[in-house]
Amino acid sequence: MTDFIFLIPLMPLVGFTILFCTLGNLPKPWVAFVGVGSIGTSALIVALLGVEFLSTKDHAPILVHLYTWMNLGGFQPGFSFYVDGLTLTMMFVITGVGLLIHIYSSLFMQDDEDYSRFFSYMNLFVAAMLVLVLADNLLLLFLGWEGVGLCSYLLVGFWYQDPANGVAARKAFIVTRIGDTFMALGLFLLYMHLGTLDIQAMVDKAALTWVTGDTTVTLACLLLVGGAVGKSAQLPLQTWLPDAMAGPTPVSALIHAATMVTAGVYLIARTHELFLLSPVALNVVAIIGATTLLMAAFTALTQSDIKRILAYSTISQIGYMFLALGVGAWASGIFHLMTHAFFKALLFLAAGAVIYSLHHEHNIFKMGGLRARLPVAFWSFLIGSAALAALPFTSGFYSKDAILLSAWQSGPLGPGLWAAGLLGALLTAVYSFRLVFIVFFGEVKTVPDKPAGWLMAGPLVILCGLSLVGGWFIIPVSQVFPAAADVSHDGLIPIITPAIPILGVVLAWLIFLRRSVDVSGLTESTWGKALTHFWFSHWKMDWLYDHLFVKPYSFITYLNRRDIVDWFYNALAEVLWFVHDIAATSQTGQLRTYAVVMLFGVVTLIGIFIGVRLT
Amino acid sequence: MTEAVTIPMEHGLLLAGILFLIGLLGVLVRRNIILILMSLEIMLNACGLAFIVVGAHWGIADGQVMFMLILAIAAAEVSVGLGLLLQVYRRIGTLDIDAASRMRG
Repeated sequence: MTDFIFLIPLMPLVGFTILFCTLGNLPKPWVAFVGVGSIGTSALIVALLGVEFLSTKDHAPILVHLYTWMNLGGFQPGFSFYVDGLTLTMMFVITGVGLLIHIYSSLFMQDDEDYSRFFSYMNLFVAAMLVLVLADNLLLLFLGWEGVGLCSYLLVGFWYQDPANGVAARKAFIVTRIGDTFMALGLFLLYMHLGTLDIQAMVDKAALTWVTGDTTVTLACLLLVGGAVGKSAQLPLQTWLPDAMAGPTPVSALIHAATMVTAGVYLIARTHELFLLSPVALNVVAIIGATTLLMAAFTALTQSDIKRILAYSTISQIGYMFLALGVGAWASGIFHLMTHAFFKALLFLAAGAVIYSLHHEHNIFKMGGLRARLPVAFWSFLIGSAALAALPFTSGFYSKDAILLSAWQSGPLGPGLWAAGLLGALLTAVYSFRLVFIVFFGEVKTVPDKPAGWLMAGPLVILCGLSLVGGWFIIPVSQVFPAAADVSHDGLIPIITPAIPILGVVLAWLIFLRRSVDVSGLTESTWGKALTHFWFSHWKMDWLYDHLFVKPYSFITYLNRRDIVDWFYNALAEVLWFVHDIAATSQTGQLRTYAVVMLFGVVTLIGIFIGVRLT
Repeated sequence: MTEAVTIPMEHGLLLAGILFLIGLLGVLVRRNIILILMSLEIMLNACGLAFIVVGAHWGIADGQVMFMLILAIAAAEVSVGLGLLLQVYRRIGTLDIDAASRMRG
């Protein structure tokens, strides 16, 4: 299958080209065929490639060099694809989950006028994402990185007729661009010191160039982390993701839950040899992860928009992945990436089914008692939330458990990180089952009258299965990452870790369903209200950035509204206009004036001529 | 052959000069475009006369060659000038050259 690797990103690109060039003139069934078929072909190739790769004994990486992109003074980034266990896992998630989401979208977006535009962007996204994970050098990775950023912008602002969606799209684009700038600087720094951006050659050279803890490698790693936090919506650049929910729900499922937002995790995992040289950068990653997962979990607890709850939960879960990377549990981080892709895509698609049936109703307090009316969505939500909360024997349990146990054993910071992760797990269980209990139990508030078809139910059922059994998958990354330290199973830790989510579910049950624990006294108190509001606004991050960056910037632009630089050029133009006005008075428009002036001139010239000859 | 009556060169040049000034004055003071064109013709012919006179005085053919050239130029000038004149009339509605002063300032 090695010869067909280039087809994996090419097929979605071809799909994009067809849909883009036909300008929406294709009939909808054809659009769906092209849009879903291209991803399906890629998924098939990935599956066959996976079978072939796993049947080899040593899981040797495959390198496919297509052509040299450019050749500038020894700098030769190529269109080269590098396939190892990590790439394969990512491709499996992207094409597998991507295919299910595309199938789901073919029905979900049925009534949309821009059906073709939607699928063309989605295909372009999948192509860019596949380039990102297949790239063997950081420049090609950056190409895919920017490509997915572009598609995210296009799809968040998909319903551009509403200006608010355009604002959300621009916010997503600009905030991630800040991270991308850091990443580009990181690439420059790495190239300056190592002379190559080829990942495998780079890490080999890095180990020879730098000793562990070198300042330069720490700086380079921190710059890469800057790019990763932007793309993966981690502190301090996480503010764009909740607003990105303005896009269609399948977009949120594919881009803002399963694939693109995990690109930062992939980047750090891919360059983990660099990070191993810099313990400081690793600690930063772990602390960012732990802080973000707690902040986002608290915020998710107070939200009322079904998609925003899931968005904050995504930020929180990526926080777990960062935590895993930071404590060196690379395989656990990638494992959680995969299981998260399953259950979060499931949750988003189920939320989409609810929203679809209720005619774009997002507020969970206007839903209720949907259990009997929307059984597929209910079971999907239940299974997805169980996996999200890491209840035992669901997929999320295995990945989150591994992360928390690794965190516990990771040096001096370990217990703190473990405690943060555990508190996060408790909150995760509470907010995810708060959502389930409010939306699907209790009294019926809105009656759904638009049942979802099997094209939507099918992917949900498959993702339910994956969310349940995904924990038993073994991802083939043992050759990619250094072996993790053996997680010891002594003491109370392995018992506490899985018990906490169950406690959270019980808590949610008591508060939101049985209502036997009344928390209104707590939330209605002055402090409770203030805290709820503080959490609801995501720790006032938007407010802070607004006052820290947007307002001062607007003030500076206000001061400079006449553009100081232009003053000089405007003055120059003024002088020229003045001279022009003087000269223009000689232009009378009278033929005889011109004739007289001409005569005068000729006489003068002849006079001078004669005068010169005579003397 | 009887001795040809020769006209002194000075007389010829003086006549040419007077004709040239008459034409120039016509260009300057007239407002009717047709008369301005006619005045221009007078100026051209005054030049031609000067060439002939000088050529005859020096006994070379160059003066006559130049006159032929001036004739050709005058013909071209008149055709172009009349074309312009028609356009001016069509656009401004009058033959008064002072009315065609839209390019001032």
